[in-house]
Amino acid sequence: MSAVLSVKDLTVRFSTPEGEVKAVSNVTLEVNKGECLGIVGESGSGKSQLFIAIMGLLADNGTVEGSAKFGDTELLNIPAKQLNKIRGERMAMIFQDPMTCLTPHIKISRQLTEVLVKHKGMSETDARQRALEILDLVRIPEAAKRMDLYPHEFSGGMRQRVMIAMGLLCEPELLIADEPSTALDVTVQAQILDILNDLKNDLGTAIVMITHDLGVVAGICDRVAVMYAGEFAETGSVQNIFYDPQHPYTKGLLRSMPRLDQLTDENLYTIPGQPPNLQRLPEGCKFQERCVYALDECLVDDPALTSIGEGRQKACHRKGFDSQGELIT
Amino acid sequence: MLFFILRRFLIAIPVMFLIIAMAFFMMRIAPGGPFTSERKLSPEVEANMLAAYDLDKPLHIQFIKYVNGVLHGDFGPSYKYKDFSVNELIAIGAPVSIRIGLLAMFFAFAVGVPLGTLAALNQNSAIDYSVMGLAMTGITIPNFVVAPLLTLFFGVYWHLLPVAGWNDGAWNHMILPVFALSLPYIAYISRLTRGGMIEVLRSNYVRTARAKGLSEFVVVRRHAMRAGLMPLVSFIAPATAGIVSGSLVIEQIFGLPGIGGYFIKAALNRDYTLVMGVVILYAGLIITLNIVADVVYAVLDPKIKLGRA
Repeated sequence: MSAVLSVKDLTVRFSTPEGEVKAVSNVTLEVNKGECLGIVGESGSGKSQLFIAIMGLLADNGTVEGSAKFGDTELLNIPAKQLNKIRGERMAMIFQDPMTCLTPHIKISRQLTEVLVKHKGMSETDARQRALEILDLVRIPEAAKRMDLYPHEFSGGMRQRVMIAMGLLCEPELLIADEPSTALDVTVQAQILDILNDLKNDLGTAIVMITHDLGVVAGICDRVAVMYAGEFAETGSVQNIFYDPQHPYTKGLLRSMPRLDQLTDENLYTIPGQPPNLQRLPEGCKFQERCVYALDECLVDDPALTSIGEGRQKACHRKGFDSQGELIT
Repeated sequence: MLFFILRRFLIAIPVMFLIIAMAFFMMRIAPGGPFTSERKLSPEVEANMLAAYDLDKPLHIQFIKYVNGVLHGDFGPSYKYKDFSVNELIAIGAPVSIRIGLLAMFFAFAVGVPLGTLAALNQNSAIDYSVMGLAMTGITIPNFVVAPLLTLFFGVYWHLLPVAGWNDGAWNHMILPVFALSLPYIAYISRLTRGGMIEVLRSNYVRTARAKGLSEFVVVRRHAMRAGLMPLVSFIAPATAGIVSGSLVIEQIFGLPGIGGYFIKAALNRDYTLVMGVVILYAGLIITLNIVADVVYAVLDPKIKLGRA
């Protein structure tokens, strides 16, 4: 399989008045053609910033190091002019927060057609036709009537679908979807996931799904990377991660998911504590303060992400958990 | 939209009346009168003069007469510029001031907006600091310093441009006054543009536009500029009213027959009618331009609907 995107040792830093913050540290990953990689983690774990950096869209106070290759082309720290040949056309990103991500004073139709005119050299008429098709595809009701409205005349869910449509316009080779379905009700969400699945299977689009909805991950992803405090805690196939989690954090995430098949009167499990402040990370393992399995060495030594077979990796000093979910000592 | 504009003009009528009333009575509270001078007039002469201009009548009668005149488009005779009516004085001076003012405003806009945008795009860089440094200089150095210096260099030393005079609005006579007049406005406009643009350039939708692979020019011009210039609109309306109603300093230094001097000279001379004329002109400009600003807002931002509210 050929890697559409290969990221190596990517680190994102922000300089703030309170000092430097490392939002993403030494992340290495690959996404292949026709594959969907899920990135899960709590808010502030760096999952969005990782891909915003790859798209060359970091805020002014952010810097990125390492390497991110799209095919053979290095993406990091290249001039915007070169990056613009790839982003928007061959690599697209669907942003979260659709309420603020569309330009308020430009009609929806124009915001879609400008991409096609720029990258595909389409005429305004052809681009309009294509935009309409895509809006129909993402289930905007009466798209032909609505496409000449302004963003504020759309509901949150419809704006979200416009964002998705925007990402699909040029049928990119790599689609980065940052919480694409959070503002949608479950039926539309299922439809959108179907569209993304078709894209993946029919066109071989590589998809990165950034989410904290584990249901979405189970529905579309092939592999999953669990992020914590800017690092990968565990990576593996969806099967592995869901049925045989080896990192205490992954285990905690899964336990804190409500389940229909195990109705009890108990309160839903929550991982104790808060995600760490990236400016004052704990010594040793970054999860150690919240980890119920922490060892003495976890307090001083930050475990590296290491391979544990079956194409899986984890960053934990513990041996892991057996098939019953019990700790291996 | 039309309804909105009409409504705003209707509301402007009582506002205008209040302004006229306040200006009229405040002028009369000030001690002295149009015919008070160092050489005392004989009581008979003064009484005759006052009677000739109806100034001996009770104040409320004078006010009613004046308002009646204004409603008929007659702003009365000037008490100081004999043989001239206020209408004539304004008709002579206003076109000069308006022409210079509009040109200066246009120039300030054309220079200030690109400068401010440039600074915003290169925030906290050498470009940003030099633009903002220049802007600060433009704001702090007063006209009466800049204008004579310009005259000295371009007129006296280098003989490139005329030193002063209007010459029926010949373009070379307008360059220096327009430039001098526009300097502080360039400064304000570039600072406002920079502030507005910095905020917009950080917004999520500008990030989306960049993610689409659009060129930086299109991102700034199409996606950022409109919202970035919003703070300018509310500045430009009153600023334009101010600039076209003339600048005493600029008109004195360059010897222009504008109305900038009237305001001050007329007030000092107690030339009641001329003061009133200029006040009404200025107030009318402010009111009109603010309505224009509201319409411009609605044009710039589709979220703003000009309704009945």
